[in-house]
Amino acid sequence: MTILTTPAGIATGAADALRKRPGADVAGSAFKWLLIGATVFATGFLAVLLAVMIVDGWDVLSGNLWYFLTHGFSQRSAGEAGVWQGIIGSLQVALVTGVFAVPTGVATAIYLVEYAQGNRFARIVELNIRNLAGVPSIVYGLLGLAVFAQTLRGFSGGTTAIAGGMTLAAMVLPIVVITSVEALKAVPDSLREAAYGVGATKWEVLSRQVLPAALSTILTGTVLALARALGEAAPLILVGAATGFMSFGDANMFETFTGPYTALPVLIFNFARQPGADWGVNAAAASVIILVLVLAVNGLAIYLRNRFERQW
Amino acid sequence: MTPEKALMTQEPDATAPEVMATAETVASQHPRIDVSGAAATPMAANRADTQTVFRCDDVHVYYGDFLALRNVSLSIAVHEVTAFIGPSGCGKTTFLRCFNRMNELIEGARVEGSINYHGVELYQDEVDPVEVRRRVGMVFQKPNPFPKSIYDNIAYGPRLAGAKRSELDDIVERSLTRAALWDEVRDRLKTSAYGLSGGQQQRLCIARAIAVQPDVVLMDEPCSALDPIATGRIEELIAELKTDYTIIIVTHNMQQAARISDMTAFFSVQANEMGQRTGELVEYAPTSLIFTNPEDPRTEAYITGRVG
Repeated sequence: MTILTTPAGIATGAADALRKRPGADVAGSAFKWLLIGATVFATGFLAVLLAVMIVDGWDVLSGNLWYFLTHGFSQRSAGEAGVWQGIIGSLQVALVTGVFAVPTGVATAIYLVEYAQGNRFARIVELNIRNLAGVPSIVYGLLGLAVFAQTLRGFSGGTTAIAGGMTLAAMVLPIVVITSVEALKAVPDSLREAAYGVGATKWEVLSRQVLPAALSTILTGTVLALARALGEAAPLILVGAATGFMSFGDANMFETFTGPYTALPVLIFNFARQPGADWGVNAAAASVIILVLVLAVNGLAIYLRNRFERQW
Repeated sequence: MTPEKALMTQEPDATAPEVMATAETVASQHPRIDVSGAAATPMAANRADTQTVFRCDDVHVYYGDFLALRNVSLSIAVHEVTAFIGPSGCGKTTFLRCFNRMNELIEGARVEGSINYHGVELYQDEVDPVEVRRRVGMVFQKPNPFPKSIYDNIAYGPRLAGAKRSELDDIVERSLTRAALWDEVRDRLKTSAYGLSGGQQQRLCIARAIAVQPDVVLMDEPCSALDPIATGRIEELIAELKTDYTIIIVTHNMQQAARISDMTAFFSVQANEMGQRTGELVEYAPTSLIFTNPEDPRTEAYITGRVG
């Protein structure tokens, strides 16, 4: 670099010095292309996965989709088997999961953020909850079997949809807590101070200002957690969903919660381990159906977020 | 009626000094105050009790183990504008937030010493901080309207205080008029407060503060996020509001303090050998004196721009 001293020197050198030089920021453009490549790889991978499933399951999806959706599991032949019980079971389990995980998780988050205010106890609890979010789901399955299906047999009725839902509730609880904590922390303190400043009590600040402001994020997080629960097979297999059968008989809606149950991911597992290529078609078709179900739930989350974002 | 309540509601008696005084008469009524730790200030002694809203004696504020502000003694006079000036970190905002017990929302914050409001010790267990904040309103550094309509922003406080639905329209109009905002927003009361400009939002926050009919309004650098024109409007507003309210304002802008305040308190900050910076009150006097004839060399250095 030349040291510019005289005004004349600055003027004559300017055109040259300011000209774009090729290759000046190679690292920058290389990094950008690296990022684009990673994005294409990630989405492409998912697209291929989806395409393969649709192709593999095409015979069922195009031919007898309605039959497949409305009939139960059958051991006799792949053509007679459907996913009806799985869909109902998954929805039941998800409902139970939501009933147990959402109130508990949101309440925990409110306590941690608004009452414990980052004290030592809250920090320890929060750290542990974050670690719990990383525990493999099969571990929750064991917990569910021991606690919800056996110890609490009197309440859950054994290996039932209630026990399964409670197991998944324990599994997604950390996710619900963490997203709710983040949502509450994202509410600016200026909003709390504004409310306190005109003489609001703690309850009024929480219920009228903080929770409404955090609601859309909390809803999104909890619905995404439920979507995660919808896709889980491993813990449910441990808590009794392995049979693949569910007979309603004369049972009413409530009684089905305390009888034998199954769930879509468990059905897929059952389809996939049957011998014969036509069972594989069923497994692929059922996978597409569960994907659609999860996408629908995620779509609901987006809808709720937009609906509640600026609610007044 | 308790004596304290009586003190709060009683009108200043006719023989009390005129509060809307010119700078000279203010100066003559407020002999220069020795702030070097004297417990009872001469000003406090000279005044009838109805003339003093707050009397602070040897106030220390801690955040955990950290001493943020030490040894502040001063009195705030009724229907005057009192300005707190000083460099960043000198504790003036910390001190301001003591007057409506806002500091205790911060984990570990602690106030020692005495802050007396109309004869009532603010920091005793029997005092309800919610009621304190209803009487001692606050306007913050950045405009912070609720994510609600203009109307609901103003009506929020009165609703909490139990105002009837039928009274709300009146309260909203009165408060917005008092904050010089009514004419600009009367046709869009039901629209978002976020649609207002920064200066309008700040006047909305002032209207929100006075909607609950407080006794005192605390203002924490209310103009620091505003342009000069919006600042000018807020300053005019402050001059008008002091006929009804006692105003304490923190400002970084010394010209602003000189323009709008009757009394000025200059705070400074000192670091101890551990590097902890503790604020202290250097000088408290009528504004005209502080800016023309400061007693402490640190005040003079600050207001003439040699430090800070």
